[in-house]
Amino acid sequence: MLRFLLGRLLSLGLSLIAASLAIFVVIEVVPGDPAAFMLGLNANEETVLALQQELGLTGSKAARYVAWITGLLQGDFGTSYTYRVPVSDLILQRLWVSLPLAAFALILSTAIAFPIGLIAASRRGSAADFSIMGGTQLGIAVPNFWFAMLLVLVFAVKLRWFNAGGFPGWEEPLLALKSLLLPAVALALPQAAILARVMRSALIETMGQDYIRTARAKGLTRRQVTLRHALRNALIPVLTIIGLQFSFLLAGAIIIENVFFLPGLGRLIFQGITQRDLVVVESVTMLLVFAVILVTFLVDIAYALADPRLRRRG
Amino acid sequence: MKRLPASLVIGAVLTLFFVVVALLSLGWTPHDVEDLVIAERLRPAGPDFWLGTDQFGRDLLSMLMVGARVSIAVALVAVGIGVAIGVPLGLAAAATRGSLFDEVIMRGNDLIFAFPSLVIAILITAVFGPSAFNAILAIGIFNIPVFARVARGGALSLWTLDYVLAARVAGKGRARISLEHILPNISSLLIVQATIQFSLGILAEAALSYIGLSVQPPTPSWGRMLADAQTMIYTHPMLAVLPGLAIVFMVLGLNLMGDGLRDMLDPRLRRVRA
Repeated sequence: MLRFLLGRLLSLGLSLIAASLAIFVVIEVVPGDPAAFMLGLNANEETVLALQQELGLTGSKAARYVAWITGLLQGDFGTSYTYRVPVSDLILQRLWVSLPLAAFALILSTAIAFPIGLIAASRRGSAADFSIMGGTQLGIAVPNFWFAMLLVLVFAVKLRWFNAGGFPGWEEPLLALKSLLLPAVALALPQAAILARVMRSALIETMGQDYIRTARAKGLTRRQVTLRHALRNALIPVLTIIGLQFSFLLAGAIIIENVFFLPGLGRLIFQGITQRDLVVVESVTMLLVFAVILVTFLVDIAYALADPRLRRRG
Repeated sequence: MKRLPASLVIGAVLTLFFVVVALLSLGWTPHDVEDLVIAERLRPAGPDFWLGTDQFGRDLLSMLMVGARVSIAVALVAVGIGVAIGVPLGLAAAATRGSLFDEVIMRGNDLIFAFPSLVIAILITAVFGPSAFNAILAIGIFNIPVFARVARGGALSLWTLDYVLAARVAGKGRARISLEHILPNISSLLIVQATIQFSLGILAEAALSYIGLSVQPPTPSWGRMLADAQTMIYTHPMLAVLPGLAIVFMVLGLNLMGDGLRDMLDPRLRRVRA
């Protein structure tokens, strides 16, 4: 287990270095230099020079990369050019919207997908299975931002149950949760459709195994076998997908936050792009990639804990 | 003649419909999509404008037709990039299994998978400027590891088979075996994957153009039509409903076709399903 853990940690570190290099290079190849890019065509030379100084563009590229990384490690994400505040402050504020939103969506999608996948798998070939599979096909095909617009149309415009967007802040937790509900549903539905399909096929595959037949033969009911043996073993592929979905939820949130005018990380990165604030874009992208790589790492570790056979592979 | 899977037939008909519409838009649309006739704005559906007009007086049907062409073109070229680069890499990795090259390719794949694709697509289009070309590039890059992985996985299982061994004994080199024996036998896998990536590409293009990072006006696209419709949703919801339906049916068609193809090409799955 220790060797496995060390191997995973090493690859985690290498992935992070490679990812940060990739992001740094993409930002470096912007037309002109970052300072000129951020200020636009009409900037005079002095302002560009001043910003170059401020961003440390005068040093060599290698030195700048090292400075950026050591800053990140110390929690210094640089200073936003447009907001004139440390990027880390901006990120912290926005995290309080984005993380709850992603968590909310993940809980919703799992809560929808598990029972649906279970029903479809245990009544395979029935009318219920057929309509669930049809429904999930539709769910996969629906772009989440369009689904979000439909939700606004029905629940905000026609029924007036919700506001069409905005976020009141966490001072009033119930109102805050209410304003995250429609965005979370919009994010969760397509993911739930995918998850339900994975759940169904994983369960069907497990139900065909010999140990399931043994369990049935020793007198357990179908229900007991499904819940006690099949479900647990079917969880591995389901966990993978949940891990992968985290990155989809983060990325999907960029667009959904824009539909609902939520002040989250997605909106921050999007504003950073339209305002050419490369400091914000660079650091927020790195943070998102870091989160995804970390989740993948944790999923790997969770597997190894769940299934000892996986530990031998380095 | 075996019966074709129902999903394949439905999916192929849907897909074909959009392809025909897209091709038709090259030569003919009911109106010019670049015509901004304010006098004709927000017309309901009628004999002049079959699906009505938007807030700039553009014909909705014509825009949807051109939008189909844009979506299909972007997604198709992005799949092409993935196949053209990913498949050779995957084949080479399988042919040199366990080598440093194989290791580098697979780790590189893992790395690209670790990136939230939409974030990077946004980054690329933001830095290089929004255009259809950059949208294709951003979507295409993420197709490369997908095809490399599928090609490698399929090829690895074939390399252990007797007929490949026979070809090696006959003196064929690894590259030639990959090309002449492995590639034809993994083509069905690749075709199924290509349909899936095609549908994901349509969704990704819609998302990118929705936030204004794909084709630029005056060329219409489904995602941009949705973005334009957002402010009109209170008074003219159909403007937001129709482009969305177009995306849903196109993606649904491709997904059904992919499922059907897999059922048809992989007899093992057929047995499980029956």
